[in-house]
Amino acid sequence: MKLLLENAHIEGIRYYEAYRKNGGYRAVEKALKMTPDEIVEEVKKSGLRGRGGAGFPTGMKWSFLAKPDGVPRHLVVNADESEPGTFKDRYLMEFLPHLFVEGMIASSYALGSNTTYVYIRGEYAWIPDILEQAIAEAKANGWLGKNIQGSGFDCEIYVHRGAGAYICGEETALIESLEGKRGNPRIKPPFPAIQGVWMRPTVVNNVETIAAVVPILNMGGEEYGKIGVGRSTGTKLMSACGNLKRPGVYEIPFDLSVEDFIYGDEWCQGIANGKKLKACIPGGSSVPILPANLLLKTAKGETRCMNYESLSDGGFQTGSMLGSGGFIVLDEDQCVVRHTMTLARFYTHESCGQCSPCREGTGWMYKILKNIETGKGKMSDIDLLWDIQRRIEGNTICPLGDAAAWPVAAAIRHFRDEFEWHVLNPEESQKRNYGLAHYADPLEIMVS
Amino acid sequence: MIQFSQEKLDKVKEIIARYPEGKHKSALIPLLHLAQEEFGGWLDVPSMDYVAGLLDIKPIEVYEVATFYSMFNMKPVGKYVLEVCQTGPCMLNGSDQIIDHIKNKLGIQAGETSADGLFTLKPVECLGACGYAPMMQLGKHFREHLTTEKVDSILEELRLAAKN
Repeated sequence: MKLLLENAHIEGIRYYEAYRKNGGYRAVEKALKMTPDEIVEEVKKSGLRGRGGAGFPTGMKWSFLAKPDGVPRHLVVNADESEPGTFKDRYLMEFLPHLFVEGMIASSYALGSNTTYVYIRGEYAWIPDILEQAIAEAKANGWLGKNIQGSGFDCEIYVHRGAGAYICGEETALIESLEGKRGNPRIKPPFPAIQGVWMRPTVVNNVETIAAVVPILNMGGEEYGKIGVGRSTGTKLMSACGNLKRPGVYEIPFDLSVEDFIYGDEWCQGIANGKKLKACIPGGSSVPILPANLLLKTAKGETRCMNYESLSDGGFQTGSMLGSGGFIVLDEDQCVVRHTMTLARFYTHESCGQCSPCREGTGWMYKILKNIETGKGKMSDIDLLWDIQRRIEGNTICPLGDAAAWPVAAAIRHFRDEFEWHVLNPEESQKRNYGLAHYADPLEIMVS
Repeated sequence: MIQFSQEKLDKVKEIIARYPEGKHKSALIPLLHLAQEEFGGWLDVPSMDYVAGLLDIKPIEVYEVATFYSMFNMKPVGKYVLEVCQTGPCMLNGSDQIIDHIKNKLGIQAGETSADGLFTLKPVECLGACGYAPMMQLGKHFREHLTTEKVDSILEELRLAAKN
């Protein structure tokens, strides 16, 4: 069942006319006949969880928004999609800009935001034009501006481009950046819902989260909440990448098994070039990598499915997270050490430098990983890496520290033999990769 | 004395109007993008000082922001900047080979500009095109599904464009 991408294939859906003809802006019509609090209730009932990565219940986040008299409130949409492996928001904004704009208008009304901002990563340099055109079309048709559809509600939406900083995906860093400053995360509390942009109450939501408000309003929160599994309601956009036969953006039902998602004809169609599956990071680079055997089945031997609960089954010992839905697949010929090294380089590049454990630790981890990868590592380096990541986790203002620590921890936890092989075989490791080893393709080898 | 064109100055006004009264500093990053476009692809001190003047903020407030964000170039760059992604998913699909190929082809290292001033190689971190890897950003747009042959034809295309 598709709730977001249902109309993605329709010609001209990027533009107002086709979008409206196919049921567009019905959610706004409906919303304007409700009170803002009724909309918040619908979103609560839907069970929608933030699609940016943290999975926090959206309705609850909305209900925390402070409403002091005479102080403007803002909805700021986080389109700073930068988590390696994730490119679904880009797809939504590029191909269904009106779905996104419709979601923003309804959400702005629910939150009382008369001025809403989209903070988009600077590298998506061509997308602001697409969004601004959709915004202009919506405005020309009376869905934005003053007194929308005679409701008395005024709303403007502006697109604000960032300039290359992963950290600005963290909501308080995003707010700082929107204020024209360096993207240094703020210490919480106060939370943005109380003091956000320009110290005004602010809700920061991911693009996909805001788009999901449209089907929620159209079908009603309760109906939306019935779709899915347990606390994973609705559908999720997955960004499938790495060594897959058919990578891309997919809207998945939460009861889909990981195996079907990777191998199914309707989905990724298996590993590229007929190779075997070695490992996968299922929810964006920050979440733990899993070897193939633990990816397709949980440690208890149950089928692992593509939802919040199933992917995290087993905690970090034997599970991972759904995160942002950045699904990175490694085939049998990939080197886990090298892959982890590129992620460590990413995090050291993106650390804002405020907290010493992250600023110093990410660079230190990168250097050690680079040594191991280039055949200059020592056996004690592996324990040192473990020690450093452990001292970063939980000791920083924002979650970037955790995000940098987890991939390293999981790589050592599940692939320690590959790290040791690099240390013991410095010359051979420069000529070939380690291969599959004991966590080989679980379709052939059972979970031990 | 450097200055924006009238067209750009109108754009500056429009951008500042997006933010609440007195919160015009929010326009800083969008203005730095305009400045980098207008003044040769990088931000020298006079350009940053000019932006500070437009927003009536202290120059240091501009410097500290310009140096934080990786899209702002703090030294001169070639006419075309090849921003090749090298993070995980692109690496899995051969970005190392793409970067090596560009280095060999142009005789430059990462961060350097070719002798003819046309190309700068800037390896970058994840740009959000992981499903279409390997990729590079070229100006406003992405070039995806790169192969060494495709890189060669892009370089050729740019050399031709530079002549015209």
